[in-house]
Amino acid sequence: MTLVALAVAALLVADLRYNRLDGSRAVLDTLLAPVFWVAGIPGAIGAWQDTHLRSRQTLLEDNAHLRRENLVLKGRQQQLASLQADNARLRSLLNSTALLRDDVLVAEVVGVAPDPVRHQLILDKGDDASVYPGQPLIDAGGLMGQVLEVSRFHARVLLITDATHSVPVQVNRNGVRAVAEGTGSLDRLEIHHVAATTDIEEGDLLVTSGLGQRFPIGYPVATVTAIERDPGQAFARITARPTAALDRARHVLLVFARNEQEAGG
Amino acid sequence: MVPGEGASGYWVILASFFVACVLAVLPLGPWLAWLRPEWLLLVLTYWVIALPHRVGLVTAALAGLLMDVLEGAVLGQNVLALSLAALLARLLYQRMRVFSLAQQALTVFLIVGLHQLVCQWIQNLEGAGARSFLFLLPAVTSALLWPVVRLVLRAARRYYYVH
Repeated sequence: MTLVALAVAALLVADLRYNRLDGSRAVLDTLLAPVFWVAGIPGAIGAWQDTHLRSRQTLLEDNAHLRRENLVLKGRQQQLASLQADNARLRSLLNSTALLRDDVLVAEVVGVAPDPVRHQLILDKGDDASVYPGQPLIDAGGLMGQVLEVSRFHARVLLITDATHSVPVQVNRNGVRAVAEGTGSLDRLEIHHVAATTDIEEGDLLVTSGLGQRFPIGYPVATVTAIERDPGQAFARITARPTAALDRARHVLLVFARNEQEAGG
Repeated sequence: MVPGEGASGYWVILASFFVACVLAVLPLGPWLAWLRPEWLLLVLTYWVIALPHRVGLVTAALAGLLMDVLEGAVLGQNVLALSLAALLARLLYQRMRVFSLAQQALTVFLIVGLHQLVCQWIQNLEGAGARSFLFLLPAVTSALLWPVVRLVLRAARRYYYVH
């Protein structure tokens, strides 16, 4: 028992205090990959049923729906080229040169951290797809989180709603900067330390501000759901709802941020 | 784990631990996840009670290390919690064997509850603790599932002559 107690103390201190064990953790994680493969089988069967056992009617409906959506998106994109050129010209006028163009990699969620307190996902892409720790993760709705650990075949992702996670954001309407902190509940972020007089309203979209250089600028993070301005308090109490489908997404995008010089105007 | 006692059926024990690991990471809905029984602890408790000369603290510590990696917890959290639980099971195994099923389930409830408290304590050190007492729910579900786990593992142990 003493031996085990000593080992536990050493492990806890090494991991919590000095982050010394990340290498050995990755090795163990790779060894444990079969556990995740087997645990993923029920989900895979469900997905197979979804693709193979659908009626012709639903497929036709799906197809029509996707066609309509595609048309709308294409229509919206027509202006994008000229807007991008515009943006590049204006940026060059302002002498700020670098524009971000991001590459993405589609990954599949193969696991969820079993402990409901930890908001972590396990993805099917790892070291072999050159995923790196700190890499941002998005879905169709917005920012989901960042990569925490990478093993050979899997990556572990921390979601923005985890109680230990914070993301620098700004209000899309006017550029007010803030920090959105996770609360440990999947549909709620809190924004702390915003002065009660700051111009921020219910329904405001919060996007990544790019400060801290972890997340690329301009991805939607959350919409403000409630603001409580108590005259007795120095700061307003603001809560927001993440725009990404954190508890439903099956396919997600890993963003490879590249600093690229874009030739404009 | 004395080798001289006969190394029969190592793979049965290993397989049961593997299945427990898979069940422990099987994706569940956000609400169901609070109810997830501590499968690994249930299997460990069974083997400690049935074969205390083969499965003990060292097995518990190793299983805990694997669980830490699977859960993404701080390394050492489950090592400590599972070792304490195994120690408790080890101290109680002679009584557990003569207990009725209900009494066994109650003991399992206490063991799992202790395990959950230790895990919670370490998560609080890290600053990621739960904010309600929901983390104690697995103790209830584990106790309710104990008869099933015991039945299945005992059948496997007798069928494959693991002793």
